Amino acid sequence: MARYLVVRVLWMIPTFIGITLISFLIVHLAPGDPAKLAAGGGLGAGAGAGLAADKRAAVNRAVTEWRTQFGLDKPLHVQYVVWLGNLVTLKFGESFKDQQPVVEKIARRLPVTILLNVLSIALIYLVAVPLGIYSATHPYTFMDRLMTVGAFVLFSLPTFWVAILAIVFLGGGDFYDVFPPGGLHATDYSTAWPLLTRAGDLGIHLFLPVLILSYGGFAELSRFMRGSLLETLTQNYILTARAKGLSERVVVYKHALRNSLVPMVTILAGILPSLIGGSVIVESIFSIPGIGQLGFQAVLARDYPVIMAVFTMGALVTLVSILLSDILLTVVDPRVTFKRRVAS
Amino acid sequence: MSARPPSRDVLKRLTASGTARAALVLLVPLVFCALFGDLLANDRPYTMTLKGERYFPAFRGMLVDLGVTKWPGPLAGMDFKADAGPDAAFPPVPYRPSGIDLTNPLAPPSADHLLGTDKLGRDILSGMIHGARVSLTIGIVAVGIATVIGVFLGAIAGFFGGITDLAVNRLFEIMLAIPTFFLIITVSAFVAEPSIFYIMAVIGLTGWVGIARFTRNEFVTARTIEYVTAAEALGAHPLRIMFRHMLPNAMSPIIVAVVFGIAGAILVESGLSFLGIGVPADVVTWGSILNEARGHTFAWWLAVFPGCAIFATVLAYNLLGEALRDALDPKLKGKLPAGRSPRRGKAQRPEKVRT
Repeated sequence: MARYLVVRVLWMIPTFIGITLISFLIVHLAPGDPAKLAAGGGLGAGAGAGLAADKRAAVNRAVTEWRTQFGLDKPLHVQYVVWLGNLVTLKFGESFKDQQPVVEKIARRLPVTILLNVLSIALIYLVAVPLGIYSATHPYTFMDRLMTVGAFVLFSLPTFWVAILAIVFLGGGDFYDVFPPGGLHATDYSTAWPLLTRAGDLGIHLFLPVLILSYGGFAELSRFMRGSLLETLTQNYILTARAKGLSERVVVYKHALRNSLVPMVTILAGILPSLIGGSVIVESIFSIPGIGQLGFQAVLARDYPVIMAVFTMGALVTLVSILLSDILLTVVDPRVTFKRRVAS
Repeated sequence: MSARPPSRDVLKRLTASGTARAALVLLVPLVFCALFGDLLANDRPYTMTLKGERYFPAFRGMLVDLGVTKWPGPLAGMDFKADAGPDAAFPPVPYRPSGIDLTNPLAPPSADHLLGTDKLGRDILSGMIHGARVSLTIGIVAVGIATVIGVFLGAIAGFFGGITDLAVNRLFEIMLAIPTFFLIITVSAFVAEPSIFYIMAVIGLTGWVGIARFTRNEFVTARTIEYVTAAEALGAHPLRIMFRHMLPNAMSPIIVAVVFGIAGAILVESGLSFLGIGVPADVVTWGSILNEARGHTFAWWLAVFPGCAIFATVLAYNLLGEALRDALDPKLKGKLPAGRSPRRGKAQRPEKVRT
């Protein structure tokens, strides 16, 4: 097992380098010059044309200096190697926007995004597993069909639409004022509030974002759970259990359920990347100061170091979660050996 | 064995399926809007007379927009609304999607503007009708690009195996671990001049993994079947074996993945234009109308209607994909109404791109 793990982790390195290389090339080869954006300041390209020669020279000098400061004057491959070297020591550089270390910016926002996603994942499993079990134990009944249709509808509902509808109709506009339209804390929030009040405040601010980030998962995982349990229920050992005269309850919950939960473990690695993508939209709409919002703002400002940091983190999280779910799978299902998984 | 082509069986099962009918009910009006949007919602009259001469500006305009012809002298630069004359017959929605009317901004739905107007006074219904074309085009072209890349890469990986397979599989892993939606946002935001063509290209270039995996798996299975060996023994070129002999047998899962892929691409595109990225400001899309609702939360009509259109379109393609899957592979019918076959871990539906 140890040997397999080492091989697996080593295999992740070329993949990781591939991801960062692609991201790096895309970010740096794209048209548009962050140096001119930053150093030129208010003097846009249009205004620059009308400037006197000496002023234009000054602007050009500033642009060049700025490039040197951030290492953008070097050839691209050198820039990438420098970036990769810094990464090993966890240096993501400084933000183009405010010269703050990117690591600090990320560290400030990471807890929020983690909280949002952990709550979503927990909610998804809490809702999807019971629904899937019900569907599988009552297949082709009215309720099962209803849930199939419901899952289909939820699956096709665009996140941003649901979010906007929630804000328009429930966010205290002209309609109902049930939830705050965005942010993490009430406007009069203070750290002096008692813990319960603060938790309640956070809860009401996170309710809509978490729900909206999760509902797609309800649909996907409940169907997945249903399929998994239905397939388990066709196995011979279930037939044996029934033949022994065990009650249906025991057959389903004691014998079938455990085995049918195995694939639910592996799907976690599949939904994590989509949750990260969803964070960008949900955090932007609800003005939640997390990684998604940071990344989106960085894209608009062409803040290369921050963009690269977000790419790197997203890729790492996904790679690690794939690894984790592979390991978990061998833990919960001894039939899955590492050797076979390497071969496949 | 009957000599009946299997495609007829598929068609029969498809027409008998309620899912497929539901998809069709949603898709027909959408395709109709996409094709004939210019005649449904436009400020150019179907017919009018000017100085005793009869003109058909709505039809002529379609040709002018295509660059085939020019406006006849008297019509050039004419404000049809004001000067078309009393006998002009206007389309049912007499507004252009980009027709700005600053005297009537953010008007709620009324008899004049059935679905209201946006902050520049543009008619929402007209924008929605014309948005159908943008959405469907982007969906189909983007997935077309993805299909070409995915089928090619999947085919060579499955056919040649060995080092090629290994390399392509690394590429799969990279594409799966990269935060795709963030990548699409980055590229779309960076291009100098926003255009829907970039969006199509970006979605296509990032969306091929699912199709490639299906193709690869099918090719790996088919590689050992005798007809491939026979073709090789006859000295057929590998490309000919792959695309002439093997591909037609591998079509079923690819078709299903393509249809689900269109739904995903439309979601991504509307997500992008909702974020205000990549679509030029003068192009009205469902996402861009929805975007305006963010700044005007009282204007519920900006939030409700365009979202319905996106939802209906995505739902239609998902339903169609589901129906096709059942029709192409009847073994699966009823077994797993949605999602993947868990035990074998073989994905039946490509990973959803969450937006």
